Amino acid sequence: MSDIAGFPTKVDISLTVNGERVEARVDVARHLVDFLRLDLGLSGSHAGCEHGVCGACTLQVNGEVVRGCLTLAAQLDGAEVWTVEGLTDTGSLADLQAAFVSRNALQCGFCTPGMLFAAADVLASGKVPSRAEIREHISGNYCRCTGYEAVVDAIETVARSRAGGGEASA
Amino acid sequence: MKAAAAGYVRANDLSHAISLLAASEGQARVLAGGQSLIASLNLRLAGETALIDINGVTELCGIALDGDVLRIGALTRHRELATSDLVARHAPAISQAAPLIAHAAIRNRGTIGGSLAYADPAAELPACMIALDATIVVQGPAGRRGVRATDFFIDLFTTDLGEDEMIVAIEVPACAPGERQVTMELARRSGDYALAGIVLVRRENGARVAFFGVGPTAVLARAAMAVIDREGSPDEAAAVLDQDIQPLDDVHAPASVRLHLARVLLRRALNATLAAEVGHV
Ligand SMILES: Cc1cc2nc3c(=O)[nH]c(=O)nc-3n(C[C@H](O)[C@H](O)[C@H](O)COP(=O)(O)OP(=O)(O)OC[C@H]3O[C@@H](n4cnc5c(N)ncnc54)[C@H](O)[C@@H]3O)c2cc1C
Ligand code: FES
Ligand code: FES
Repeated sequence: MSDIAGFPTKVDISLTVNGERVEARVDVARHLVDFLRLDLGLSGSHAGCEHGVCGACTLQVNGEVVRGCLTLAAQLDGAEVWTVEGLTDTGSLADLQAAFVSRNALQCGFCTPGMLFAAADVLASGKVPSRAEIREHISGNYCRCTGYEAVVDAIETVARSRAGGGEASA
Repeated sequence: MKAAAAGYVRANDLSHAISLLAASEGQARVLAGGQSLIASLNLRLAGETALIDINGVTELCGIALDGDVLRIGALTRHRELATSDLVARHAPAISQAAPLIAHAAIRNRGTIGGSLAYADPAAELPACMIALDATIVVQGPAGRRGVRATDFFIDLFTTDLGEDEMIVAIEVPACAPGERQVTMELARRSGDYALAGIVLVRRENGARVAFFGVGPTAVLARAAMAVIDREGSPDEAAAVLDQDIQPLDDVHAPASVRLHLARVLLRRALNATLAAEVGHV
């Protein structure tokens, strides 16, 4: 790859990942999922299509859900990144994770980290979304195993229990 | 596959971004939301290109009403378009269009400037610009100019933007009292690019109808507009649509299906504005 004058091909970044400070020099073509998996050894974020379609790479940057494959590591100087590993440690996904297990909302698990972020996002407002709203919100996260019904069940269960309504009726 | 980015610089401000763009002589591209550009870099469809990251350029941010013009900065994210009160009040067609774009995680990053520069024929926002008769404000080393949306979109993924120019803002005539705007689309799955979509704007001085997903660019449906303006029925307007749009067969749908869907949308959109007229409380 030839150099284009004035445009460095490596960039220094300083960010936090799951609350820990990380300093790195990254190739400008490195996307966030590869940076996490290959440079930091955090393999919870999955790379499926690498062009924004499947949602397996969905995670949180500066408090918002984004596609990891459509974010370059070079863009993340000063950013705050949370992955499924970090949110598992903080416990903020614990009820969703338990509901995914009890409702059989995962089989191979490839889609699950991204699906958990999409689920957490739709629940972030604190309202209990309808099943149609849940489906709409996870429409960008492909699951090739479950057929989605169980995923919607799990998210709905958590929405109701967070709102104080206990278990959703099956 | 891995991105083919050949260099990266974060622009500090607008003049920095423009001078980098000019100096690169076509070898660099502006990186906004990255939701189309990084995807094509990952697929190695974008060629070898350097990136000028404009995400820190505050002059490109913000939405403001200036007299009867709504001004939307190029870096405004789809999610902000969907949630802004100013957009809902003064450009309802855009606030109806924004939630139809892709998925939440993509709307958090994708920008209006990026969508217009990319000029996907099935994208919602170029059609909104055409139906609203908006002006795209672009800037290069030679200065700033405004381009009418109908002159901006030239062909498939091709705009009037010069190699050394970038979009800085969009200026939309604010919705007048009594004006009605509707954006609708038909897609196989939520978040997919539409098989066909419509933006209908009914102003005192006449109707404007733009379609997307039915040709190489978003198009103004002039024959249908003329029928609406002489108070023809929705069916009559739908009947002349074959003069306005000539979709091609492709892997997603045959031409006849797209034309049919465009007619369905035109009837629905017209009926929605009529219902709004009668039923407004
Ligand atoms: C799975 C998926 C589904 C999608 N579905 C839809 C959909 O249904 N409808 C839809 O409209 N879009 C859809 N998109 C595209 C999305 O809306 C993009 O955000 C948008 O097309 C590009 O905006 P961006 O800010 O991400 O631009 P980028 O990807 O950063 O840039 C795109 C192009 O525009 C240029 N550019 C960016 N900003 C400027 C500027 N200010 N001035 C000049 N040039 C500029 C770049 O150089 C590049 O060539 C989808 C994307 C994905 C990944
Ligand atoms: S890997 Fe990012 S969306 Fe598929
Ligand atoms: S559990 Fe296998 S892809 Fe969803």
